[in-house]
Amino acid sequence: MELLLDILFNGVAIGSVLLVAALGLAIVFGLMGVINLAHGELMMVGAYTTYVTQLVFKLPLLKPYYNSYLIISIFLAFIVSGVVGIILEKTIIRKLYGSPLETLLATWGVSLILQQFVRSVPLAYGAGLIISLVLALFIPTLFPLKIKDSINVKYYNLSAWIISAFSGVLTASWISSSISRLSRPDSRNVDVTAPAWMRGQIEILGTNFPKTRLIIILITLISVIAITLFLNQSAWGLRIRAVTQNRQMSDCLGISTEKVDILTFGIGSGLAGVAGVAVSLLGSVGPNVGGNYIVGCFMVVVLGGVGNLLGTIIASFGIGIMTDLIGAGRLLTIWPQMPLPLATTIDFFATTSMARVMIFTLIVIFLQFKPTGLFPQKGRMVEN
Amino acid sequence: MSLNRLNLNKITTLSIWIILIAVIIAAPTILPVFRLNLLGRYLSLAIVALGVDLIWGFTGLLSLGQGIFFALGGYCAAMYLQITSSSEFPNNIPEFFALYGVNNLPFFWEPFKSPLFTLIAIWLVPALIAGMLGFLVFRNRIKGVYFSILTQAALLVFFNLFNGQQKLINGTNGLKTDVTQLFGQMVGSESIQRLFFWITAILVIAAWFFSKWVVKGRFGNILIGIRDDEPRVRFTGYNPVIFKTIIFSIAGGLAGISGALYTVQSGIVSPQFMTVPFSIEMVIWVAVGGRGTLLGAILGAVFINYAKSLVSEALPASWMFIQGGLFILVVTALPEGVLGWMKGDGPRNLLQRFGFKRKIETYPSLEVNNKEEN
Amino acid sequence: MRISRRILAGLATASLAVTVTSCGGGSDTSGSFDDVKTVGILHSLTGTMAISEKTLVDTEIMAIEEINAAGGVVVDGKSYKIDYIVEDGASDWPTFAEKSKKLIDQDGVPVVFGGWTSASRKAMLPVYESKDAFLYYPIQYEAQECSNNIFYTGATPNQQSEPATDFMYLRSPAAGGDFFLVGSDYVFPRTSNTITKAQVKQLGGKVVGEDYLPLGNTEVAPIISKISKALPDGGIIINTLNGDQNVAFFKQIQDAGITPSNGYYVMNYSIAEEEIQSIGPEFLEGHYGAWNYMMSIDSVASKKFAKSFKKRWGSDRVVADPQESAYNMVYLWKQAVEEAGTFDDNAVREALIGQTFNAPQGPVEVMPNHHLSQTVRIGEINAEGGFTILEETGVVTPQAWNQKHPSSKGYACDWTDPKKGEKYKL
Repeated sequence: MELLLDILFNGVAIGSVLLVAALGLAIVFGLMGVINLAHGELMMVGAYTTYVTQLVFKLPLLKPYYNSYLIISIFLAFIVSGVVGIILEKTIIRKLYGSPLETLLATWGVSLILQQFVRSVPLAYGAGLIISLVLALFIPTLFPLKIKDSINVKYYNLSAWIISAFSGVLTASWISSSISRLSRPDSRNVDVTAPAWMRGQIEILGTNFPKTRLIIILITLISVIAITLFLNQSAWGLRIRAVTQNRQMSDCLGISTEKVDILTFGIGSGLAGVAGVAVSLLGSVGPNVGGNYIVGCFMVVVLGGVGNLLGTIIASFGIGIMTDLIGAGRLLTIWPQMPLPLATTIDFFATTSMARVMIFTLIVIFLQFKPTGLFPQKGRMVEN
Repeated sequence: MSLNRLNLNKITTLSIWIILIAVIIAAPTILPVFRLNLLGRYLSLAIVALGVDLIWGFTGLLSLGQGIFFALGGYCAAMYLQITSSSEFPNNIPEFFALYGVNNLPFFWEPFKSPLFTLIAIWLVPALIAGMLGFLVFRNRIKGVYFSILTQAALLVFFNLFNGQQKLINGTNGLKTDVTQLFGQMVGSESIQRLFFWITAILVIAAWFFSKWVVKGRFGNILIGIRDDEPRVRFTGYNPVIFKTIIFSIAGGLAGISGALYTVQSGIVSPQFMTVPFSIEMVIWVAVGGRGTLLGAILGAVFINYAKSLVSEALPASWMFIQGGLFILVVTALPEGVLGWMKGDGPRNLLQRFGFKRKIETYPSLEVNNKEEN
Repeated sequence: MRISRRILAGLATASLAVTVTSCGGGSDTSGSFDDVKTVGILHSLTGTMAISEKTLVDTEIMAIEEINAAGGVVVDGKSYKIDYIVEDGASDWPTFAEKSKKLIDQDGVPVVFGGWTSASRKAMLPVYESKDAFLYYPIQYEAQECSNNIFYTGATPNQQSEPATDFMYLRSPAAGGDFFLVGSDYVFPRTSNTITKAQVKQLGGKVVGEDYLPLGNTEVAPIISKISKALPDGGIIINTLNGDQNVAFFKQIQDAGITPSNGYYVMNYSIAEEEIQSIGPEFLEGHYGAWNYMMSIDSVASKKFAKSFKKRWGSDRVVADPQESAYNMVYLWKQAVEEAGTFDDNAVREALIGQTFNAPQGPVEVMPNHHLSQTVRIGEINAEGGFTILEETGVVTPQAWNQKHPSSKGYACDWTDPKKGEKYKL
């Protein structure tokens, strides 16, 4: 019983990291058929946001609130990664709709640039740039149309840009003057430390569980619930679902597919940012942090199928539990009297690297029976 | 006008070929050893690029896992060289085994004692594995980005497999070839390296002819049909699975040859050949050169790698920016690649923008553009 | 042509502010020097290993600048200013081989300082052997190698892991406990653990498990469940994980209750001050490390080394054992060149053996097997992010061929005697 609980917990812990990381990818892929290879780097942006937030909260001004910095950084990471995603969509991806392979290549280019960006540019300037971009995107939506009408639009836009650029520069110089670590380019990996109350263990049903893992499961749970509610209860969610099902028809019915695309991509990217917060609790934060998770996310998407969150969820936890089962050699513990040839085979695969090999093989075998994943989208077209 | 255009294309292609062959013939005498060796390696990469062009440019299959087949070819060549040069080591097996306390040669090393088997295995092993993987995937009509990310996952799996098996294949360290013996001489020596340069040059041209032959005629037409509208090909009564599997294993075989040549010229094969970025880079060589042009793949592979080594000597950190920019630029602004752009309306449009009249159709105008492009 | 050059120039200026001083040194021959000699530095400036290897580049540049400031290298009465070319190995082993060829053939450097991972050294080795050039390699490593064309200034296992294992089994708070070995999946951890297993057996202890994490993978949950299963009530963990895998490992073992207060003690072979800083001392406090140099060594040479490094590269920087080895090797090369009276490889190689240097760690000497004799220290990681030195051996002579490893027992290396060479029976 204890063993079973152990496997279940470990599997869910590994799976929830996969799920939170794959969630955004799955939504974007489901809607646009676009695989975003820069998804991992959007996670990296989220992780670095957490790091910067942590340092800012160590400043005397905000020190009293240090214990809650992680919660705030979840929101910040969502916004920051979301904005980076929206800019990506507006500048590059929009031009490439209908040619997913080209999008794949372009987003890979973006991921290379983002990786080198955090290596070569001081994080303080990066933070300033982000602030400017966020403001530039949001100021125009802040004021009601009436005010916009009363002023000349040209001046209005100009002043919006000036304000945002100015606040960006201000932030950059403030951060770089008060936190010297952020004022130089730094290719070393950095570290996010959870506040003390989030570290250590907690006892449930007589077994000890690491708190950080529980927090990640909680973050995942909240993200899944929030996104489900958004998709199923809100007006924009309805539009997104409509476009997912039939883009042309939705367009005809007056849904602005352009806005839907921006929104979906922004949300998908924002979720990548949240995933970045989660993974920053587990390991170090560096330019390669996203790359470590991205292929796992692809596996989830392939296994789960498109257009159904349930598929993504089951696929994540399935892969998580299998990883623990194979990688930690659990099968031998469960069934110690296993015949020798089988035991040696299982022992051969009982390392983290070989577990990946095994899981991929299993996925390819699975696809022989269900080529479109666990929950394929139903349709009557030749394709899909 | 169309006749004119055709001539122009032919002249472009021909002149590029003349330059290419002239470079290959002149290189051994004018280039220092180090640069010659680099050129030889880039030429060997051109072969894998040809394979990528066949599957992506002609058939529309974007594989992000060509590194698997590239590395397999390299491993086959390196295993032969290691095993035939291991007589002085304990147990007559390659030196690295002693590090892990292995005394008996793993069974799959045995056949590589034969040079003939090795020469066949270099292209057959990757081709078979590509064919098998391809068949399992294509059979289920998995395609598009699904296919791409599956090949990428396969790449990662092979990386893990080779990286983790120290006792079988020396893990991360890979297999060295520079200090092994071939024809009684050290493989890293200048004379053998020169020999490999010539072999590579000849094989690049042979691979180009082979690829040209593959895409000619009905087989090639079906490939293009699959790229442009696969259901229609199916409804016409062809089975795309067979064609896709064949072309994928041909690309795998080319990758294997390329990997073997690259390995003997760089002195080492390691799981690093199976990292994700390297395989995606192969696609960008083709994309920049011009997909579906074959010649573009060769040019792209050689020039981008040359640029990479120059940039990384001067400003290592900027290469990532340049490469990232190239990816974005080539898909948004130059979808046909440089060669496609030159063959199409590109030069004329550019000239027009600079105020030249459109009627200039003879090739002096082309030469002007050539300079602009470089 | 003009357009592209302008773009390149733009890119160059843009990245100049952010890249390393790649073409550093400058070619200023005025001053008081008679001539300039260019050496090669080859480390990863990009990719996963850049994080670690960049610190070595910084140290080597500092050592060269110090030498230049003190009058350069004097050969035959002529003073040479040392210039350097930094090449990028890009964390990719074949690239290390390629760039080595470039430095030797194209630039004609008399010596290359470079490498970090064993895989990169193994990839470079055939290049230096086939071209009879000379590489200086500064990292503690698994030994089992003794090339005539490489000079190793890092520790061999008998200068690091063996004294450390002794300490853990005999004198640490977990003395007498069981061992669990964790490492990244490559040659150093594998070989080091083979030696440790043989040694633990000799000592009468027990190794209850070992596991390896593939390089680049940070999912440590399965390993942690294996540890808690194999060592339910505490014990000794020998850790040879690489780079940022350590961050994941230490964050998560603490959460899983594998801490010194619960009787688990981790001995680390790859965690120095630089890594402690990036993992965070709160995760590492109470665990151990074994090195030849620790920043907390209380000597004039050590303090001067740390001080000049901070002065050159920033007050928040730290120095650690790999950097000290890198620093030593530049100075030892300089001494050997001056003694040989020429920059020629073969003469320098002969002059090198027997060189002594008052290093930050204390006196070191180049032995006939191209390794250094050095002091071994065991330290406990403290809350300030440094080591509290617990033990210090005398000067330990290096074993290129380990005497506990089954495949090399009874062998040694000696390049001063043509009959002995790379590997001879003792």
